[in-house]
Amino acid sequence: MATISQSSLQSPADANSEFVPTSRAVSVLELIGNTPLLEIKRATRGLIPPGVRIFAKLEGFNPGGSVKDRAARKMLEVGIRDGKLKPGKVIIDSTSGNTGIALAMLGSALGYPVELVMAENVSRERKKIIQAFGAKIHFSDPLESSDGAIIKCRQIIAAEPGRYFKPDQYNNEANALAHFETTGPEIWHQTGGQVTHFIACIGTSGTVMGTGRYLKTQNPAVKVIGVEPDDAMHGLEGLKHIASSIVPAIFHEEQLDEVMFVGTEESYDMVYVLGQTEGVLVGQSSGAALLAALRVAQTIREGTIVIIFPDFGDRYLSTNLWIGWREWRPEKLEQVMSKWNASTNATT
Amino acid sequence: MAVRVRVPTPLRRFTAGVDEVPADGVSVKTVIEDLERRHPGISERLLDEKGDLRRFVNIYLNGDDIRFLDALNSKVKDGDDISIVPAIAGGR
Repeated sequence: MATISQSSLQSPADANSEFVPTSRAVSVLELIGNTPLLEIKRATRGLIPPGVRIFAKLEGFNPGGSVKDRAARKMLEVGIRDGKLKPGKVIIDSTSGNTGIALAMLGSALGYPVELVMAENVSRERKKIIQAFGAKIHFSDPLESSDGAIIKCRQIIAAEPGRYFKPDQYNNEANALAHFETTGPEIWHQTGGQVTHFIACIGTSGTVMGTGRYLKTQNPAVKVIGVEPDDAMHGLEGLKHIASSIVPAIFHEEQLDEVMFVGTEESYDMVYVLGQTEGVLVGQSSGAALLAALRVAQTIREGTIVIIFPDFGDRYLSTNLWIGWREWRPEKLEQVMSKWNASTNATT
Repeated sequence: MAVRVRVPTPLRRFTAGVDEVPADGVSVKTVIEDLERRHPGISERLLDEKGDLRRFVNIYLNGDDIRFLDALNSKVKDGDDISIVPAIAGGR
């Protein structure tokens, strides 16, 4: 297998100057993308065959701190291009998390007011970050989860139609297009075309759909795998349990090779493993992606698996993710894997 | 003790879509046991195999997080309100 060298990080999409790393920028919009790949070695030692490598794309390096910067930028860009977003309009959406932060950041950079609708139980960090970017928050009932925020957002728009521009990340193909144009080419270049499996969690599904579509244009044999929570009642922020949810219009399951289901608590455990063995503090969706990657790695003899780590963990420090972490020890990883394998085998 | 339990959207498949159900018990733990009798399957979503509250589930007794009270052993009285709230708001 070709060596994946540091130098390959230097030209993630050499056909398009927009993606060339820049040392000076005139806007945070230029700083989105070009995130590094980190090989996950210590956390996976002894758990995967020697011919398998797992690389995580660290999307926390985006200026808004998450993968959502990419989709938000593209949706606003297309909105402006189509004349739907223009001076005088307010950007609005229902979002509990990283998309809200991305929209708030970009609204600030572009000079558009932003209003976000979210359930009241969103973490304190998120509320403060969003407000620090100057955006306004409308709160919805936490028991109604994201559906409650969606309904309240519709009501706000209905009261003053024409005032708002709604990016609508679940149904806007620009979301997936952002990943087709940036995340996919970056991964292809960063792995020197060696990527064999691409794994990403499903929230809106934009990341897995757009990146997967690009990678398959380069090599149709690349396996594209989506990851979902194993139950409607879960604690994996940003992930969608599709069977019990409104299915995003941009989700095309037939384009995926596989969908894997992961548990919340095992995913939390993976976050602790990464923090204590790899020096990487990430959010719970990254733990879910690593769990799925380990499962895939155990079924192949060689390959290059690329997973998405959507954000870093510092914006979850006040959340339930960290309940019980003090009792966690890295040696428990094998127990987690064996328990998970047993439950997976039992259900297949 | 008769209490009212507010049920979040992801668990309403166990309560025939109802968002608020009655239950009996002397503590949060016994209320959950009663919920399980009335709505089989719901307890497993709230408690792990050791019987502890799952990390991603929050339960509020009259608006207070039971983790800051006496956890599952928190006593309940007639007319109390219990809310089950997933730790996340869902979606991005």
